[in-house]
Amino acid sequence: MNNLLSIITFIPAVAAAILALFLRGDDPAAQRNAKWLALLATSATFLVSLFVLAGFDPADTGFQFVEEYDWILGLKYKLGVDGISVLFVMLTTFLMPITIAACWGVETRVKEYMIAFLMLETLMLGVFCALDMVLFYVFFEAGLIPMFLIIGIWGGKERIYAAFKFFLYTFLGSVLMLVAMIAMYADAGTTDIPQLLAHSFGSDDMTVAGFHIVGGLQTLLFLAFFASFAVKMPMWPVHTWLPDAHVQAPTAGSVVLAAILLKMGGYGFLRFSLPMFPVASDLLAPLVFWMSAIAIVYTSLVALAQQDMKKLIAYSSVAHMGYVTMGIFAANQQGVEGAIFQMLSHGFISGALFLCVGVIYDRMHTREIDAYGGLVNRMPAYAMIFMFFTMANVGLPGTSGFIGEFLTLMGIFQVNTWVAAVATTGVILSAAYALWLYRRVVMGALVKEALKSITDMTRREKAIFAPLVVMTLLLGVYPSLVTDVTGPSVAALITDYQAALPVADATQLASQ
Amino acid sequence: MTSADFSTVLPELVLAIFSLGALMFGVYTSKDKVAPLITWATAGLFLALALYIGAGGEGARSAFHGMFVDDPFARFAKVTILISAAAVLIMSQDYMIRHDLLRFEYPVLVSLSVIGMMMMVSAGDLMALYMGLELQSLALYVVASLRRDSVKSTEAGLKYFVLGALSSGLLLYGASLVYGFAGTTLFSGILSTLGEGVPLGLLFGLVFMLAGLAFKVSAAPFHMWTPDVYEGAPTPVTAFFATAPKVAAMALMARLAYDAFGAIPADWSQVLAALAVVSMFLGAVAAIGQRDIKRLMAYSSIAHMGYALVGLASGTAQGVQAMLVYMAIYVTMNVGTFAFILSMERDGRPVSSIDSLNMFSKKEPLKALAMLFLMFSLAGVPPMLGFFGKLYVLKAAVDADMAWLALAGAVASVIGAFYYLRIVFYMYFGKETEGVESRMAPAQWAVFVAVAVIMLVGIVNLFGINPAAAIAAEALVR
Repeated sequence: MNNLLSIITFIPAVAAAILALFLRGDDPAAQRNAKWLALLATSATFLVSLFVLAGFDPADTGFQFVEEYDWILGLKYKLGVDGISVLFVMLTTFLMPITIAACWGVETRVKEYMIAFLMLETLMLGVFCALDMVLFYVFFEAGLIPMFLIIGIWGGKERIYAAFKFFLYTFLGSVLMLVAMIAMYADAGTTDIPQLLAHSFGSDDMTVAGFHIVGGLQTLLFLAFFASFAVKMPMWPVHTWLPDAHVQAPTAGSVVLAAILLKMGGYGFLRFSLPMFPVASDLLAPLVFWMSAIAIVYTSLVALAQQDMKKLIAYSSVAHMGYVTMGIFAANQQGVEGAIFQMLSHGFISGALFLCVGVIYDRMHTREIDAYGGLVNRMPAYAMIFMFFTMANVGLPGTSGFIGEFLTLMGIFQVNTWVAAVATTGVILSAAYALWLYRRVVMGALVKEALKSITDMTRREKAIFAPLVVMTLLLGVYPSLVTDVTGPSVAALITDYQAALPVADATQLASQ
Repeated sequence: MTSADFSTVLPELVLAIFSLGALMFGVYTSKDKVAPLITWATAGLFLALALYIGAGGEGARSAFHGMFVDDPFARFAKVTILISAAAVLIMSQDYMIRHDLLRFEYPVLVSLSVIGMMMMVSAGDLMALYMGLELQSLALYVVASLRRDSVKSTEAGLKYFVLGALSSGLLLYGASLVYGFAGTTLFSGILSTLGEGVPLGLLFGLVFMLAGLAFKVSAAPFHMWTPDVYEGAPTPVTAFFATAPKVAAMALMARLAYDAFGAIPADWSQVLAALAVVSMFLGAVAAIGQRDIKRLMAYSSIAHMGYALVGLASGTAQGVQAMLVYMAIYVTMNVGTFAFILSMERDGRPVSSIDSLNMFSKKEPLKALAMLFLMFSLAGVPPMLGFFGKLYVLKAAVDADMAWLALAGAVASVIGAFYYLRIVFYMYFGKETEGVESRMAPAQWAVFVAVAVIMLVGIVNLFGINPAAAIAAEALVR
């Protein structure tokens, strides 16, 4: 089974092709077939990906399941996973069936909708598996097209504005990355990621157009990649596309966007920025720290003021991603592992929260917080589940949200106490906005006329939430599930990173 | 003239006899009524010749004392030219019948211009070069004004003729300078003269000739005729202009650069690099304001020529290979896009404004999706084929230590992405207005959909054109 990664990457694409070629008509029967086929394909992908997880050897810090073929134009088709990427692959395959099940209610252009999601899954898996820089770029960029269409066609009222904002923000960032990739190819003479990881890019100061650049080539490359990943992440101050995109995207689109697409940014930092440009990362880490700290506090405050539930959760996502960037650039075991953990946990929790919004949006067709209140009287099961994920979002111990926040804060504390102090206030703020949201939507007396006939969650909806609840709890009480897999790879990453730093820095880091 | 010479020029000869015969046949029978028959026969002959040239022969042969060269490079270009010309003829047939444009002279003129192009890419001598170029151009001037009763079409033909004559003049002037300083018109002779030293006159001659050829490939700043001619000419003719002649002119440029001036790559490479940068940026920026899809495609082709020139400017075998692959991809994309533009109409009249595509995806989801593939491919967004074409030329530039050229190309591609995206925008998210209808004959539909599928499936192995391009480039760059 040497082609396992190719198989899981392309099962959804094959299903999409089958849908595109053989499914005719748009009657209810055809729609049902499209949905079932999509569910089947994504579930199959998940099952096959379990083999990857089972066969994965955490102790081996190199790339596993590597497959390499010559591709066109002297490029290589090379896939493989290590301890950092394998769990992102799992996250994607795990969440996609849930996402498909969550859009069972869609009725416009169902076939195209399913095709878009299946293609998106292939491209996301490709990003996490690619071991060739150009292949990575191809998958990374191509993901824009289906997402652009998902927001633009099936989104809310302002969908066109949001789709364009989403596309142009991310495309501009990506092209800078392409330029950097060309420069890296010119410098290292290869596009192979393992070889690039071993290559050390120049870090001597240089002068470009009269500007003295500390860290030289590495700084320039770092900034170009940073432009792309920071937009994807998204980091303050380039996060503004996210709330628009989320609000306008359909529920399933929001879930994929928050739970998986955002992780590409964090994964990119871990795969490219940190190991390939260690000197520049070290140099610019304080900038990233403060950007993250501002993101955590500022976007939490913004979240407090939101009237729209999805917007509120979107801002809370930005805040949570702040912990991730902070943890990554703390560049120690706790920080990086915490960042990975936080990304996975955020994948479950934010996905679930968007689904929670979707549940009541499907019934009332509004996301205004003021339109709700007292739902607990009519929807006890919903109140329960929403409570659970609200608490997980806040970071209640026992849920996965706590572990991620705690580890990243612990990581950053060892590097920069002030940033840690500022960031910790975010924990309180997140409790404030999340609980306040919960109180306004669920608690209180049911006074609104329109809500009097609202029904509780159906069995299908409960089934969708069940795996997410299980994962959130499981990772919360037994985090070693994740850290055992990521640990050795992260340790190797940190060792290489510190070895690559100039001597003075390394000792300083060690003494901290 | 020996029999060996004849066998070398056999495809050209067959085509020449066929076109003269077809002309006679048309004149002495029922004229325009036989036009569809002649069109199909011409397209069929093109494909047969493409097969013959592509399958037969290895290595290089020359005829007429080196004036005509038949090598893998020429064969690659000829196959591309023949197939694209055949595709354009087939897909535009229906349009021409419906709009009462199909004269029997049209396929005859197209095949005459194709003979000219085949001569161009095989030229081994300045005389052969000029003859091929003129044969091609004269036929094209006439087809540009095919719609005799339309002011725009006539204007396009006249404009093309005047500016084309100017460029031919530049080229001839350069050629005469080269002849004066080298003492020969044979490319191989010029090359050996350069081995003994580089007279200034030769450099002047080279620059003039490159300028003349830049007109033909419509590289900025010699592009001024392109938008007007593209807009004014009947759409099938525009489709033809955008494909085969571009390949021929680009191949001729490569031929001239390497066969005649291969000893001084640094001198022409900087000229080509400058042309490339200006074209890429002008094509990208000027297209933003366009509202007419044919004008937009004109600027798009200017930008694409810029990218092909990046490959050529690298001055390496890899660069030539990248250029050939790029041109093959470019031609494919343009054939597909024009197959769609040909089908755009409202109340039976052709329309070409971009706004008319509003919400096209609702009306014709499949065609809109195919067009989406093509637009993203033209924009160079992965995973479409167009991205790999761009990547390949940029990579060639980096390998030739011209990273700045690659950077310029990457930046221009972002600017360019905007206007392709706008077409997608109109098709998928536009306001609902009185839209456009899209009528396609089966053959046209087949070409359109096939090209769109190629944009995605081609990335698996490029249908093996890359090794062929490698052999072609090896043959040229010695």
